[in-house]
Amino acid sequence: MKRRAALKTGAGLAALLLVRPAAAAPLSGELAAAVRAYAGDAPVNEGRVRLDIAELIDNGNAVPVAVSVESPMTATDHVVAIVIFNEKNPQRDVVRFQLGARAGKAQVATRIRLATSQKLVALAKMRDGSIWSHTVDVIVTLAACIED
Amino acid sequence: MARTLITAPKSARRGDIIEIRALIQHPMETGYRPGADGKLLPRDLIRRFSCRYDDGANNEVVFSAELFAAVAANPLISFHTRATATGTLNFLWEGDNGFVQRESVAISVT
Repeated sequence: MKRRAALKTGAGLAALLLVRPAAAAPLSGELAAAVRAYAGDAPVNEGRVRLDIAELIDNGNAVPVAVSVESPMTATDHVVAIVIFNEKNPQRDVVRFQLGARAGKAQVATRIRLATSQKLVALAKMRDGSIWSHTVDVIVTLAACIED
Repeated sequence: MARTLITAPKSARRGDIIEIRALIQHPMETGYRPGADGKLLPRDLIRRFSCRYDDGANNEVVFSAELFAAVAANPLISFHTRATATGTLNFLWEGDNGFVQRESVAISVT
């Protein structure tokens, strides 16, 4: 009985170690500073933005990312900018997109480089100045910037 | 001249939201990477991308982007715009070392 209980808790612990927490921890360091610098005085809200990227990345040299934002995209209420910041590349900035009501749909995509496993943050700035965000953790097995 | 590949519908109905994908051949050298001699390779990036939609009445920038070292080589950018009238989409890439490239595609709107 004791052995069985021990095995059970052991398996539970292993599962806990394997599954990374889904909810991202608060941002820290340079990444938080970059987000703060971009947002200025506006509060950074969670939600409305979706950063689509594979959680497990084999090759960090060209990683497809897509960002979509929930917005009616009308003349009075639309997304004016979408930016992506990273945590551990040499530079915090990844890319900044400027769009407007004429976009019709706030959805952009590109391919990026990732130096290592890290956090990525997508921010969307709305016409009213509010800022929305989505943070994801990615695991990178082959890093960019190593091969020549 | 760098090679480009632009995917956009040739025709659309007025008011349709169309997807545009613009790819350009470029090394996007980051400036953080050592070359064969151990010295850092000089930075050579595309810094800006923009798309103007010239539909006769307006010729305004409908989308633009600032690119940094973290954008992969041969940058691909995909975005959307609303088809307003027959005209041309004018693409512009600008970068380090005086890199400038323009492309345009026609779109007919019914």
